[in-house]
Amino acid sequence: MMTINETQDELIEDFSFYQDWMEKYEYIIQLGKELPLIKEEYKQDQFIIKGCQSKVWLYPELKEGKLYFTADSDAVITKGLVSLMVKVLSGHTPKEIVDTDLYFIDNIGLKEHLSPTRANGLLSMVKQMKLYAIALYAKHN
Amino acid sequence: MLKNFDINKVRADFPILRKQVNGKPLIYLDNGATTQKPTKVIDAIVSYYSDMNSNIHRGVHYLSQISTDAFEVTRRKVQTFINAEYEHEIIITNGTTHSINLVANCYGKAFVHAGDEIIISAMEHHSNIVPWQMLCEEKDAKLKVIPMDERGVLDMEAYKDLLSDRTKIVSITYVSNALGTINPIKEIIRLAHERNVPVLVDAAQAIQHLKIDVQELDVDFLTFSGHKMYGPTGVGVLYGKQKWLNAMPPYQGGGDMIKDVTFEKTTYNELPLKFEAGTPNIEAGICLANAIDYIEEIGLDQIKAYEDELLNYATTRLAEVEGIKFIGTSAQKSSVISFVIEGVHPYDVGVILDKLGIAVRTGHHCAQPVMDQFHIPGTVRASLAMYNTKDEVDSLVEGVKRAVNMLK
Repeated sequence: MMTINETQDELIEDFSFYQDWMEKYEYIIQLGKELPLIKEEYKQDQFIIKGCQSKVWLYPELKEGKLYFTADSDAVITKGLVSLMVKVLSGHTPKEIVDTDLYFIDNIGLKEHLSPTRANGLLSMVKQMKLYAIALYAKHN
Repeated sequence: MLKNFDINKVRADFPILRKQVNGKPLIYLDNGATTQKPTKVIDAIVSYYSDMNSNIHRGVHYLSQISTDAFEVTRRKVQTFINAEYEHEIIITNGTTHSINLVANCYGKAFVHAGDEIIISAMEHHSNIVPWQMLCEEKDAKLKVIPMDERGVLDMEAYKDLLSDRTKIVSITYVSNALGTINPIKEIIRLAHERNVPVLVDAAQAIQHLKIDVQELDVDFLTFSGHKMYGPTGVGVLYGKQKWLNAMPPYQGGGDMIKDVTFEKTTYNELPLKFEAGTPNIEAGICLANAIDYIEEIGLDQIKAYEDELLNYATTRLAEVEGIKFIGTSAQKSSVISFVIEGVHPYDVGVILDKLGIAVRTGHHCAQPVMDQFHIPGTVRASLAMYNTKDEVDSLVEGVKRAVNMLK
């Protein structure tokens, strides 16, 4: 299992092959297809991330001290962005997730998606993932 | 193409249209949200701050007098532009939302009581829903909604049935921002007046496309915003018939709206200042006149004819896209094209178009009930203005096709 930063570095390297935005987005869409999907029964309001123009469902699960995420979105670019986040954060301890600095977003040229007013809510996504981690960390300590 | 309409000359008047976005020439198709500004308006804004900046309606000094005069020129220009009977029927607000809230509050305070009814339509912008809902909640009144069909056309028979002795006001959009439908407001007003019910027309999406004559329409209140008609942001208009404006209490208290203030009692100013509390957005107020001048120089007849041609062209071309479904197919339409594509989320299409330098709006367009009726999360909306071209429409069609290829 790679550390969070190793995964971030790997993604930065992957994205460096794509100079053209079109290829970059095609890759994001491709990543969306690799997203571990949330179970249909969890596609409820309580697992929807607010602040997205498209719908995003995110479900956290703690297994042997590590936090795993499953998710889905009705928009494919958003789904790709969720997939990126899940790839980086899923499978790590809540503490690691809380403490992590997500520098890869800026590095791969997706910073525009992090603006608080951006309709895809990548920022809300990151916040929600960290919130789950904080809540679970508090519960187990 | 039109004889007296020189598209190249019009485009040259809008400096932002020369901009590149994501390495591509900007194609701005989000005019329903806001329009770009011609040099004439931009220069006037600079000139206001360089030559006359001062507070209005109070100073004795030179600058205050010239800026007050300029502000009042706008009022007269608006009066002529919409053919109001009196200058004092023009209230300068900070936009359509402000104008509608003003009427909902002040007309509501004076005339709406428990058990009364207010009629709006199924295609309203949130700005023409929420103020009335708030009023209904406060007064224990009821909100009634005129339904529309699958084309986005209002059901006029249902409207006739909704009108009753309990109806206190009808508030309706002239042109739907999400669908483009042009409503038969003259008939809507006539039917309401048969029962002595006043009508507010939200003209935010109409004023830049259609010639409006408030006396001919016999409309009681008309609202619109400067920024959607090639003018500055932060200024709007409330036209109201004098008899209603006089019968309504003031909206906000403060400077400008008073005649005399003592701690025992304040007497209010006359129209229009009674409704203009506080320092307005002076620069925007003054420069709205330049936007009106610009529209009149081109001519609304020319603008409408050109935009209609563009709308037809865009509708025909976009129909080529596989799986496209237009939302809003009324025979009476303004230059708004809302659409969804089978199997593709509107948001994704918007992101790809943005990368191609094409600005459209995606989402519910502040009209969630409209989206609910069509059972869709939102649409992609291209809204056209007088400076758009068939070439730009071609780029949009190519962009949409490219997006669909990527996304499906």
